Amino acid sequence: MLDRRHFITSAMLGGVAGAFAPRMAFARAATAKRFVFIIQRGAADGLGTIGAIGDPAFAGVRGDLAVDFASGTRLDGLFALHPALATTAGLYARKEAVFAHAIASPYRDRSHFDGQNVLETGGATAYQVKDGWLNRLLDLLPADSARGIAVAATVPMALRGRREVASYAPSNLPDASDDLLQRVAMLYQGDAQLHGLWSEAMATRSLTNDLAQANGQNAAATGTLAARLIAPANGARIAMIETGGWDTHAGQRGRLAAQLKGLDAMIGALQTGLGPLWAETMVLVATEFGRTVAVNGTGGTDHGTGASAMVLGGGVAGGRVIADWPGLGAGALYDGRDLRPTMALDAFIGGAVAAHFGVEPGLAMATLFPASARTLAIEGLVRT
Amino acid sequence: MTQASIALNRFGIGARPDDVVGHGRDWLSAQMPAFAIRPPAIAAAPDSARVATDLASYQQAQRAARAAAPPPDAIRTAPATPPVRSDAVRAARQAMGKQAREDYGAAVAARAIAALTTQTPFVERLVHFWANHFAVSADRLTVVGLAGTLEFEAIRPHVLGRFGDMLAAVERHPAMLLYLDQAVSVGPSSALGMRVAARGGRKVGLNENLAREILELHTLGVRTGYGQGDVTELARAMTGWTVAGLGRGGGRDQGPAGRFRFAAAVHEPGVRTVLGKRYAEDGEDQARAVLRDLAVNPATATHVATKLARHFAGDVPPPAMVARLRAVFLETGGDLPSVYRALIASPEAWIETPVKFKTPWEWSIAAMRALGMTTVQPGAIAGLLTQLGQPVWKPGQPAGYDDIAASWAGPDAVMRRVEAAERFASRAGGAIDARRLAATLFPGSVSAATTEALARAESPGQALALLLVAPESMRR
Repeated sequence: MLDRRHFITSAMLGGVAGAFAPRMAFARAATAKRFVFIIQRGAADGLGTIGAIGDPAFAGVRGDLAVDFASGTRLDGLFALHPALATTAGLYARKEAVFAHAIASPYRDRSHFDGQNVLETGGATAYQVKDGWLNRLLDLLPADSARGIAVAATVPMALRGRREVASYAPSNLPDASDDLLQRVAMLYQGDAQLHGLWSEAMATRSLTNDLAQANGQNAAATGTLAARLIAPANGARIAMIETGGWDTHAGQRGRLAAQLKGLDAMIGALQTGLGPLWAETMVLVATEFGRTVAVNGTGGTDHGTGASAMVLGGGVAGGRVIADWPGLGAGALYDGRDLRPTMALDAFIGGAVAAHFGVEPGLAMATLFPASARTLAIEGLVRT
Repeated sequence: MTQASIALNRFGIGARPDDVVGHGRDWLSAQMPAFAIRPPAIAAAPDSARVATDLASYQQAQRAARAAAPPPDAIRTAPATPPVRSDAVRAARQAMGKQAREDYGAAVAARAIAALTTQTPFVERLVHFWANHFAVSADRLTVVGLAGTLEFEAIRPHVLGRFGDMLAAVERHPAMLLYLDQAVSVGPSSALGMRVAARGGRKVGLNENLAREILELHTLGVRTGYGQGDVTELARAMTGWTVAGLGRGGGRDQGPAGRFRFAAAVHEPGVRTVLGKRYAEDGEDQARAVLRDLAVNPATATHVATKLARHFAGDVPPPAMVARLRAVFLETGGDLPSVYRALIASPEAWIETPVKFKTPWEWSIAAMRALGMTTVQPGAIAGLLTQLGQPVWKPGQPAGYDDIAASWAGPDAVMRRVEAAERFASRAGGAIDARRLAATLFPGSVSAATTEALARAESPGQALALLLVAPESMRR
């Protein structure tokens, strides 16, 4: 049945597709692949997520923060996963999860906000690149699949750019009446910015009719919501979820465990929500930088450098931790305090995305991470 | 936009239907002497002494309860499992959480009522600006109830004073000391630090969180030449700055809970060097001396001038305007009224095209002022701002909320405003004629498209909802 809301929506969708036709004409079939980027804002502690229990210095330097790994999942001879990541451990056992350690973006200072800008724009330094790499990724997808969505009320930097993207977060406000929606559309007709935003809002609304009832309060609900936004054939192919609360300067043991439990629930809800589509999905988990190796005076850790990252999904060549381990001995640390980065996060993300969407790795690097264009993408992250 | 509409909306926080004064540059500067630091709504809100007393007695009770209860067996058999909390401890935590949320809701409502009823909307906007510059985030139990008191007690009294005085008041306020962990930072070579080290007990030490954000966010700004060494040295100088009843430092004789306290026992002794300048060991005053210098540093002037220009002249701050504000800041040693006068005199802030997409807070307050509201329900206003994507005093990061359109102009954010506008309009009950109100809110600045949409609306309520989300209402 074609009700008025759907009618408005499809009329507007036509307008949007016309106005924002892709610059490069890719004569490619629509892709079934989905990609979700979960950003950890605040510098998630890589060593607290994936402990280097086989490193002789680990237990000593991490003190209280090493204890929980006694009940964590052994990943290999060197690493163990935090026990709060139970679902994620299950994916690893099924070879659907790859972890990378001692990894970092090109950013080498310790400001969250600059670091997140580098992580999201794909630049070499903050504010050098003006749009986000997820937005540029849309240019690499077949034209009729190039749809992105932020699972948030506003669009984060990584998704901002030339391509129009949608945003959606559950609302407790009552739905506005259809008649008002239509009149707002007419009122915004002559206002380029508001017209564009409104068209996106209406298009998203038609996909999520009854989602306003879903409880967005917790991580699992957000994961479920994201799954529902990317599962439909005409839904988004690329989604971004923002998580905060990783800046554990004090009392890290309990706080990080709670954070990781939330992340684990989110990943589990995504997998469950996608069902068979999990085979077509890749989930990236990454943060702006790592934290200090040593525990500070308040049971926490401070801003550092090397971190960990994850790629999960049905097609991932998983069950392994990739790391050129620099060691945790005093002489091995970066600036005498941080985990030394030995792998480029750009190369990890570029390799994962290229393999997932079947894009030539060099092209993926040049498009997503222009500053790292000559860095070789890490290959073999997806089963062939 | 006409000059009057710019004064009301870009400099002010939106017109009220009962506004009668003429609105131009003189109206803006005349507001400064008339500003009320403690209007009745804010005087009636919970203060930091009250909130901190509750927190201190709660923490004391929790410590007593934990000490009394024998450790559960679970701890001995499975060390990775967090200890099971007793019912009494959990009940006390729930009660404290409820109290903190009530205090938070009351403070948000007080802020909104002050903004709805103020005679000095330009200065009120500046209060909101500075509270976001010196942001705390009401995420942790200790900060939820205290967040608003930072704005009421450290920002409002100094919004028309010197930047350095506001900086000193903010960094010594319990909300900031607790939010950025300063209250638990211990000098490793302090009396307490040495005692703990000698006992081989649990590790205590330096926390550099507040020191870093002072340099990066509150004063100099990111990438302005300071290094990790400066952060650590400032953190050392600041050890001892804590909160009576809630911080580290031992001793029973701490004074009333929530008050700033210098705990000599945790202060790291010695000379400190910050930005190449040496600061003699001077106890509490060592860090004050550093802050005094930071407050008038040229990088601080640039940082503040840039943020003010961005707030009033557009997302990309005009360099000439930044340079003028910066010069005035430096010439006057950070005298804020002088800087504001330079702001009002800047032609870049008076260009006719709207320069800013309103934040959810700006949009909500302007909508409620447009409707003539003078009061709000405590829970309702806090909930509305959460739904619109900008919970008050809860940016989740010490940088505060972004002041650029890209952060607020999202599809879903616009949809939420439409939903909220319809609810506002239905409450107004058809008593307001949106066609006449439009001319009051945006004198001489209502577009033909908006005029037509209001005229064609099917009901007064619908016209009002449309006015609240018209392009004129979304930007300033």
